[in-house]
Amino acid sequence: MKFETVIGLEVHVELATKSKIFCSCSAKFGAEQNDHVCPACCGMPGMLPIVNKNVVNLGMTAGMMLNCHINRTTTFDKKSYYYPDLPCSYQTTQWFAPVAVNGLVDIETSKGKKSIRIKQIHMEEDAGKLVHDDWTNTSLVDFNRTSVPLIEIVSQPDLSSAEEVVAYLERLRSLLRFAKVSDCRMEQGSMRCDVNLSVRPEGSDQLGVRTEMKNMNSLSAIVRAIEYETARHIDAIENGTEELVQETRRWDDVKGKSFAMRNKETAGDYRYFPDPNIMPVVIDDTWYDGIKNSLPEFPEVKKARYMSEFGLGEYDADILTGSRALCDCFEGAVAECGNAKEAANWLISDCMNLLNKNQQTADQLTVNGTSLGKLIKLVTDGTIGRGNAKKILIAMFEKDLDPAKYAEENGLILSNDTGLIDKVIKEAIAADPKAVADFKGGKEKALMALFGKCMKQLKGNCDPQVLRTMLIDEINKA
Amino acid sequence: MKKIVLDDMMLTKALPTTAGSRMLEGYMSLFDAEVVERLTAAGYEMAGKAQVGEFAIDLVGETAYTGTLTENGKLTAASAKALENDTVKGVISLDVNGAPRRIAAQNGLVFVKPTYGTVSRYGTVPVACSGETVGVLARNIADCREVLSAMAGHDDKDGTMHADALCKKAADGCEKPVKKVAVIKMEADADITAELEAAKAEMVANGIEITEIEADVLSAAKTAWNILMCAELCNNVSRYDGIKFGYRTQNYTTIDELYTNSRTESFGALLKTAILFGSDVLSTKNYMAKYDKALRIRRVLAEAFGKLFADFDAVLMPACSKPAYTETDVKENPYIAFEENRYTAPASITGLPAVVAGGVQLVGPAFSEGALLDLAALLVKEGK
Repeated sequence: MKFETVIGLEVHVELATKSKIFCSCSAKFGAEQNDHVCPACCGMPGMLPIVNKNVVNLGMTAGMMLNCHINRTTTFDKKSYYYPDLPCSYQTTQWFAPVAVNGLVDIETSKGKKSIRIKQIHMEEDAGKLVHDDWTNTSLVDFNRTSVPLIEIVSQPDLSSAEEVVAYLERLRSLLRFAKVSDCRMEQGSMRCDVNLSVRPEGSDQLGVRTEMKNMNSLSAIVRAIEYETARHIDAIENGTEELVQETRRWDDVKGKSFAMRNKETAGDYRYFPDPNIMPVVIDDTWYDGIKNSLPEFPEVKKARYMSEFGLGEYDADILTGSRALCDCFEGAVAECGNAKEAANWLISDCMNLLNKNQQTADQLTVNGTSLGKLIKLVTDGTIGRGNAKKILIAMFEKDLDPAKYAEENGLILSNDTGLIDKVIKEAIAADPKAVADFKGGKEKALMALFGKCMKQLKGNCDPQVLRTMLIDEINKA
Repeated sequence: MKKIVLDDMMLTKALPTTAGSRMLEGYMSLFDAEVVERLTAAGYEMAGKAQVGEFAIDLVGETAYTGTLTENGKLTAASAKALENDTVKGVISLDVNGAPRRIAAQNGLVFVKPTYGTVSRYGTVPVACSGETVGVLARNIADCREVLSAMAGHDDKDGTMHADALCKKAADGCEKPVKKVAVIKMEADADITAELEAAKAEMVANGIEITEIEADVLSAAKTAWNILMCAELCNNVSRYDGIKFGYRTQNYTTIDELYTNSRTESFGALLKTAILFGSDVLSTKNYMAKYDKALRIRRVLAEAFGKLFADFDAVLMPACSKPAYTETDVKENPYIAFEENRYTAPASITGLPAVVAGGVQLVGPAFSEGALLDLAALLVKEGK
């Protein structure tokens, strides 16, 4: 019998806000334990939640990027369960009227194009973290992450393979990064995923027994978990190796196996009800339109435009539209210098090289597009040489600066002093008559040696074309 | 210096806040309640705290873990005792389930429960957030008005508050004096009935039109409020799990035992009942039939009051069934507080302002506490 896998995903994405969802504590990752806490996010009695408006902005943005309907009245609800990392023993989330519903995400795999339906996107607060100390056999709670804003993106069970799941997650990541909703870094936990999976005979319209694997945080682990779990289900159905039950399972990536969690950890009634301390959030036309108008172009639309409007090749356009930071810098540079090909070259070769050297991703590029455009103009109009321009770019990675001013202050302007060039050439020729003779004898390489010595003497502040022409003239005279 | 006593639902940095529960024995808040800050800024001295029943859901405070206060076999309240001291201007009380209103009615005191959302709840121990209100218990109308006026006003830290002008209007203003009063027919004992009759007579003597009405719809308020209050309570007290603060059992080996035993050992019987009841009405099985229905009843009641206030300026009703409770009353019916609140639930569930004075209760439209206090002034001899 042939089987097909039915997969639905719940993807948690940490929002790129400065502060937490209901208090003004920092939402930044990586602080000392319990540094980013206050009475509100520690669950102390008497504190009341005030919704961070930026969280709603990003929730709406995510909804629009994933083609969802935005609920103009959206409410917050309480979900009750006991766990030491949840200070109030309830999580404030959205159950009855989530911010966005009924979306659609297009993916492309080796089997072609497919649309994945989004059931809903809801906003909620994250929980804290338990740190287990084996030495003293105790558990300690770190509340830094408590109340960090999240959205949960719930798909319909429209995915049918690990490949589709990866394509879907990469698409989500690309869209959400583009819209600056989240940095979606799985290794830091700012994007995590619960995989709901069942297996059924191909063509059946009945769903099989569903299991859920929670908190998956790497694409490769997700692929392995889906393959393992699919095989386990098929084995159970075909060979009766075990009875499948609806349950939550834990994926152990080291052992390469999934394990049933204790029933107690998963059973229970969440007793959802509307949070009486948070009034319904009403999104009026002004607010809605403001978010709608601030949405970025989709990456593929941008790519097509870069190719048609700026004449970039597909390869270049692909790299640039892989990151919102590259696009912003590129568009800023083009607006300043009007030279798209040069701007693309600078970004794809020089900037990417520097990023690699610093072990940074394209999203971490901080170079100001306008400044890059100014730098390109200085090179194309012959004010500075390409080598010196690269030195300026390195400085621009440190902090934003005006390239012309920087070049002047650091003596990087091309010299137009032909008297000085003439003097340097004459000295070089006098010092190395053998090279002159070799060149005259037909050895092209000998010219390069002389050229290099002159350029060094001139500290690079010389148009290479000018130097070359003057050097050949001088040799011929000699 | 004008002294204020806080009931033990108000969080303070200077003194422990227990909410009447062993669970919070010795709990020190990191911050003061907004009302404490406002009253301090207005020149009042915080003189101390008055014990309350566990999470303020009982009759008059008899479930406090520190013990039941009685006098001649009758239940008495710490807040009422505090007002026996003439230097105390008022007691700030959180009206969750009507206790301060019953205390006022049974002790010849005045209590104003202002319109929901006109006094900040920031820094009050949360129980039933959708209806509980910070009010003032005092010896007379003037003190009540003065203290309310000092603490009412918009607070950005409480997301359920009205605009500042509305909060201030409620506390200070009286745009529309009460001319027509509807008397809600409700059962009560002879003493309470006599007080109601006296109140009616006083109103008639002052030219106020009195009409007796049946309002069966209000009888749904009690059950609906019990559902909403217990549901919110069970959720709000779930943070007291023995992990972060409050009582922790010595008797555990697993996390589940830590939770269960900490709560079993430190919570009282009435609170446990409320927690179980609240969990049940929120369960997936019962949500629609109970919790959701209670929310609908809340809306029906708000509409019913709206219609009533088209014809009348205020309603007159009892605040309790009898002039005093005894320990026997509570022993015979441990859940008596969830019955007696039939008089207080209508204003709790709708968030309408209520004033208790002269042993009776007046309820008016939103922001009418100024007018209710003027009306109440007819019922008490000022200057006591």
